[in-house]
Amino acid sequence: MRLNSSEFRYEERFCQGLFESFSKSQNPFMLQSPQSFRLSNGLLVIVEPMLDVQSAAVTLLVPAGGVRDADGRCGTAAILTEMFTRGAGGLSARELSAAMDNLGLQRSIHVGNAHVTFSAATTADRIIDALPFIGRMVTEPHLADEEFEPARDLVEQSLMSLEDEPRQRLGKVLRQYSYAAPWGNSSEGELTDLPAITNEDVRRHYQQFIRPDEAILGIAGNVNFDQIRETTETAFGGWESAPVSDLAGGTMPLSPCHIEHDSAQTHIGLGWNTVPYRDARYFEAWASVSLLSGGMSSRLFTEVRERRGLCYAISASLSTLRDEGRVFAYAGTSTERAQETLDVTVAEILRLHEGITEDELQRCKARAKSSLIMQQESTTSRASSLARDMYHLGRVVSLDEINSRINALSTTQVRDFTIEYAPKAMVLVTIGPHALNSACVTSLS
Amino acid sequence: MNFQQTTLSNGLTLIAETNSSVHSVAAGFFVRAGSRDETADVSGVSHFLEHMAFKGDDKFSADDVNRVFDEIGAKYNASTSEEITMYYAAVLPEYLERAMELLSALMQPALRVADFEMEKNVILEEISMYEDQPSFVCYDHIMSTHFAGHPLGQSILGTNASITALTAEQMQNYHRSRYHTGNITLAVAGNCRFEDIVALAEKYCSRIPKGESIRALPEVMAQPTVRTVVRDSSVQQHVMQMGPGPKSDNPLRFAAELLSVVVGDDSNSRLFWELVDPGHAESADLGYSEYDGAGAWMNYLACSPEDVAENLARCKKVFDEVNVNSIHADELEQARNKVASRIVLRGERPMGRLSSLGGNWMYRHEYRPIAADLQTIRSLTLNDIREVLNRFPITMTTTVAVGPLKDLGVCPDTAGP
Repeated sequence: MRLNSSEFRYEERFCQGLFESFSKSQNPFMLQSPQSFRLSNGLLVIVEPMLDVQSAAVTLLVPAGGVRDADGRCGTAAILTEMFTRGAGGLSARELSAAMDNLGLQRSIHVGNAHVTFSAATTADRIIDALPFIGRMVTEPHLADEEFEPARDLVEQSLMSLEDEPRQRLGKVLRQYSYAAPWGNSSEGELTDLPAITNEDVRRHYQQFIRPDEAILGIAGNVNFDQIRETTETAFGGWESAPVSDLAGGTMPLSPCHIEHDSAQTHIGLGWNTVPYRDARYFEAWASVSLLSGGMSSRLFTEVRERRGLCYAISASLSTLRDEGRVFAYAGTSTERAQETLDVTVAEILRLHEGITEDELQRCKARAKSSLIMQQESTTSRASSLARDMYHLGRVVSLDEINSRINALSTTQVRDFTIEYAPKAMVLVTIGPHALNSACVTSLS
Repeated sequence: MNFQQTTLSNGLTLIAETNSSVHSVAAGFFVRAGSRDETADVSGVSHFLEHMAFKGDDKFSADDVNRVFDEIGAKYNASTSEEITMYYAAVLPEYLERAMELLSALMQPALRVADFEMEKNVILEEISMYEDQPSFVCYDHIMSTHFAGHPLGQSILGTNASITALTAEQMQNYHRSRYHTGNITLAVAGNCRFEDIVALAEKYCSRIPKGESIRALPEVMAQPTVRTVVRDSSVQQHVMQMGPGPKSDNPLRFAAELLSVVVGDDSNSRLFWELVDPGHAESADLGYSEYDGAGAWMNYLACSPEDVAENLARCKKVFDEVNVNSIHADELEQARNKVASRIVLRGERPMGRLSSLGGNWMYRHEYRPIAADLQTIRSLTLNDIREVLNRFPITMTTTVAVGPLKDLGVCPDTAGP
């Protein structure tokens, strides 16, 4: 328990979608090139064969996430997500579960802001048999009235749990204060909106947004391309196409925001602008956050935790939409040290451009390289990277390209980026017994 | 995959499963030291010592340790449980030597007083952090209640008071008593050659002193108990229950594992269909935990406070039904397929293999390749399930709840209403 797992999760987030396959020594990236095709209904399928593994994994992104919830109906996508497993294509919920369990299929359906994401993995020899079941859930869910109340109850319960978990709750609020609606909306839903949502809303959401036109299916593992192609045609070919409408932009509340909570620690969240994944300077953004919080020798960990012992958990990570990016930082600390933690953390962020050394950047590069290579041992992370790359960039970035772009980063380049993108305003959200003095943040703008 | 083992000249055991088809290699020290090995006056020392290990030895400073691990791009960390402290790093094969050098340094930390006092703050923050997570609070209380009077009931983190009072000297004494070759196993999994690891281990691990220590394995004597930890400000109620299960050396543990999947996996299990699918509870899971000389069923329920009594009755009904009528053949088959697939997927990464390799060795001094685990899962029958139910029916002795409720309306003797 030296670091809790969430601190390592943020590290993985840096590399997700960032760097794609690599391989050993001279050419450490041994993956075959991905191949893609589009079904006539618009579904984009991208397949990357991995011959060293025994498993296969799929990630399906459908642009039907929380941003599509209607006003006053925040939680519709979350309820819909609970409905997919509750019977589909003539199979009852139990029959569907039994069939997928018998195929050893590990699966999850997740609602995010942009997408509803279907993820699944099993041994490679069974993925062909498993795909049609995923197809049924996506294209023929029953969405039965009697299943609606239980699904809504589960969404409500998970929102209530969030109230008891200040750190998790902070993430949700920080996002609301950092991205304008609907991108800042909570994809998990809002307790106040849930009672108004009906199964009609859920069906409408399904009809409008669970469509193949802009959906992306990523598949990685020990698979045969032709066989995958044939199976996806059968499993998803009947999915009816319909154009997806544009989203209207909204507003966001202004921070600082404090939520009073009877907690042991004060939970501090900070956010500021950076470039999105698709931006030409994304790697510089990645490097700058990596200097700040990329490993245990990074600046925040060293200065706030190791030198001052102010907290156990401290981290910063990149968040990216297709057109906007943010850096989010978190620190959890006892109430009497919270002010110092906030002040020291903000000061470290603001002086990031000072004294960036070659060694420091080299460590970021080394961590990136090993993350990339190790990604080849996980079909699940490859499948999700393939789909995410296609969503953000419209292509999978080749390993050589990423490798050379990372290696080409210089300290000057990264320093220039940190100066140019130094926070000109910062969002501050705190949850805990007392509000903090926010001068260090408000003085920026 | 190829397994080999040896004993180094200082008596340290080295085990390795080499596999040239993966891209990385993971190495870890598994130390038989955890909260159960502590005396009350040093409660939390195992975990605090795990933090202090990263402060370096006479060669590496604290900054060096963090810096060098990052230089080689290592995925590294450590964890402390009731029974084992483990330190690990996963690296690309060319960095294995550097990783071994650093990991070995962690086994003989300098334990400098200034570092000790600074890190104490971090430990106290960690204690506070877990206080803000109701499920962790609940776990702490179920362990201390179910294993009351038994070493397994001792807290991993310790308390604010025990950590504040702890001295560097006490930690040094504890370190001397637990960190020796009789108590430590070095495990390596992934892309490397056995002869190379042996040479590296001889080069860097020779300072680990010889020694033996004994761990007391008293029987668990849990008394029927229901306990509530009231948190007025909480919205949801978290409930954990425990009852006796097979010990870690009992061959019935495999059947217990499969049974827990059928009864209480997070999807498509008896508890799932009875409680989660209808929306009565956010979570209702049954797990099986193995310990040195002990074993337990553990049920975790999270739901609205007003539904707790009814949901606990539902759980009990599920358990009673299984205890009497066992499970169906198709349920067993689904669980086999689920578990087999998990074993294969987890085994694809050296880190996944390392924990299985180290765990089997620490508990049973055995090596189990993936194929053996799959074979065992395949060969389990309904008779094996019946046997585990006869010997260890799913009966909850202890119930602990964290949340707004003052009274659960549960009878200690039946764990039901």
